[in-house]
Amino acid sequence: MYRYDVIDREFLADRSAEFRENVTRRLAGEITEDQFKPLRLMNGLYLQLHAYMLRVAIPYGSLDSRQMRGLAAIARDYDKGYGHFTTRQNIQFNWVRLGQAPDILDALAAVDMHAIQTSGNCIRNVTADPYAGATAEEVDDPRVWSELIRQWSTLHPEFSYLPRKFKIAVTAAPKDRTAARVHDIGLVLRRGRDGGLGFEVIVGGGQGRTPYVGPTIAEHLPAGRLLSYLEAILRVYNRHGRRDNKFKARIKILVAALGAEEFKRQVDEEWSRIDGALADAPDTELARIRGAFTPLAFETLPARSEAFEAARAADPAFARFVRNNVKAHKKPGYAIVEISLKAPGQTPGDASAEQMEVVADLAERYGLDDIRVTHEQNLVLPHVKLDDLPTVFAALRTAGLGTPNIGLISDIIACPGLDYCALANARAIPIAQSIARRFEDQDRAELIGELKIKISGCINACGHHHVGNIGILGVDKKGEEFYQLSLGGSGQEDASIGKILGPGMNAEQVPDAIDALVDTYLAIRQGDERFLDTVRRVGFAPFKEAVYADAH
Amino acid sequence: MPTLISLKDGVYAAAENVFADVGDEEAIPAAGPVILSLARFQAEGDALLGAGRSVGVRIQPDEAVEDLAYDLPRLALVALVFPRYADGRAYTSARLLRQRLGFRGEVRAVGDVLRMQAGFMVRCGFDSFVPADGSTPEQWAHAAGRFRHVYQRGADARAPVFEERS
Ligand code: SF4
Repeated sequence: MYRYDVIDREFLADRSAEFRENVTRRLAGEITEDQFKPLRLMNGLYLQLHAYMLRVAIPYGSLDSRQMRGLAAIARDYDKGYGHFTTRQNIQFNWVRLGQAPDILDALAAVDMHAIQTSGNCIRNVTADPYAGATAEEVDDPRVWSELIRQWSTLHPEFSYLPRKFKIAVTAAPKDRTAARVHDIGLVLRRGRDGGLGFEVIVGGGQGRTPYVGPTIAEHLPAGRLLSYLEAILRVYNRHGRRDNKFKARIKILVAALGAEEFKRQVDEEWSRIDGALADAPDTELARIRGAFTPLAFETLPARSEAFEAARAADPAFARFVRNNVKAHKKPGYAIVEISLKAPGQTPGDASAEQMEVVADLAERYGLDDIRVTHEQNLVLPHVKLDDLPTVFAALRTAGLGTPNIGLISDIIACPGLDYCALANARAIPIAQSIARRFEDQDRAELIGELKIKISGCINACGHHHVGNIGILGVDKKGEEFYQLSLGGSGQEDASIGKILGPGMNAEQVPDAIDALVDTYLAIRQGDERFLDTVRRVGFAPFKEAVYADAH
Repeated sequence: MPTLISLKDGVYAAAENVFADVGDEEAIPAAGPVILSLARFQAEGDALLGAGRSVGVRIQPDEAVEDLAYDLPRLALVALVFPRYADGRAYTSARLLRQRLGFRGEVRAVGDVLRMQAGFMVRCGFDSFVPADGSTPEQWAHAAGRFRHVYQRGADARAPVFEERS
């Protein structure tokens, strides 16, 4: 955890006061909704279908038990007893009243949290690899760089009224758990041949109605030059991004219109005019941020835990959980534990206040007080001793958090859809639930292996359907909810945009269609090919045939 | 007549607007300071400056402040237009005027200029404001000064947190 100092705390106090003052002015009718809107949005408060929704920032998806308990208390006191973890590693409360929002911000500030820049046309809360600091794959801890970006972008005077929202993802591992290539900026930290740290800078990826895998405009930006380079990109975008049409305002449209090479040329030219001594963070600050992360007291443990092995041999349910939800840790005797928020029948990403408290307790007792949120809407305990895993699993299971389906077919991303979102064409959550129920048989799910289904209720693609191995998009056809399937998308290091499989179908037909796709895959896969690999190898024909033959 | 708020040495005060804001179709007044569009300035600015007039230029968001680079030492004022508060291009223009082009004259915010954005404007180097929401200098000062700390360097003199900390 990055520990706030008195400056960070005073900043949040000032922010809270500003918000309270303006909510009071708004409620008294002194300012119009139109004047209030920018502040409301920059504090994450949306007007939704039924109520206000407050989106709370969880910077780079990292929090401690105290903060998780704070979120649980807000869920209980101001919402209906639960919260919704999002694909931006944030949490949303869907039933907030405007008059209470200032109190919620105060409650958040009490645990060093806020809702700054979780909406609005500004640099949004930065996301990062949820395994940061725990995986042996990384070349450095991406949270340090993410925190640097968080501070730099907070109330940035020049870049708070961009043409459109702006999302940055940071990873330092070859396996991309952040969907860096479909962000406005994706940053992939690597070590160069000379041993120096540098970022691959990917710009202009995105989803929505015009999805792109972003091009790389810098292969190895010296890490210390990050902020000046970001400034150059943002300045070119702020000046030249389109403002006449909100559907063409994201940076991806500018990059595509100029071409990656010309865009890069403009950025490099702008960059050459920026004084790095002023724009880049001094090394001392980077070192300070690094030092402000709580040092973790790892014990020296043997790589093999007898307690763990015995439990795994004795309890098939535990063994299954380990197979699917437990990942390798950089320290011997430790593991990364993913907690699925995708139990069959559950709304993907939802957690009750009680569940949040269970996770907080487990993190505090067994997890070095560290918790992460993934962009796939699950939670992570990044540092659990193998010895403690059986106990942790038992507690998770009791709380309804033991679903062993990470990366499997029922680990679905879905946007709020018609149940909450005013823009939706179709429901998304019930579709996710019906698929999860269809594939409840865990043996079959494991046999299928990695298969990512992502569902959006409209073309805005908040459910990331473009990068689903199977994407499902809700469309409106003469007032009826229809679903369009796409295949072959990926949001990972092998990013690609899925392509539409064929005509749309109604909600009841979706689980059958997924079944047909899966059966086809199982029949023709070679070796340990994933679903995505098979689609890439053989193309759409057999899948199309299976789905639409069945539909007739 | 909307108020003009000016910022000098950290103090916000009501100021008298001595500049005539001349539209492209209007005749230029025979005497006194004027503000012209960029196109009109490029056509007629030299003559006015040569006659010893005080001249400001009004820059729209899609116009590049760099086009003024050689004229800046002779200009009294650059007015940057916010057609809508959500159009943030003038923030970049202001920063470039101050930090890249070294402009020391008045940088004025005109258009949809609201108290809610006061802090951002000040930090980008604006030092005069024509508020569209009827803000008083006191209200403007309160809004612009509400944060005790800033996280990044701007065009103003404020020390970012990393300097405060060291
Ligand atoms: S994809 Fe559409 S329906 Fe779903 S949350 Fe986004 S805007 Fe709403």
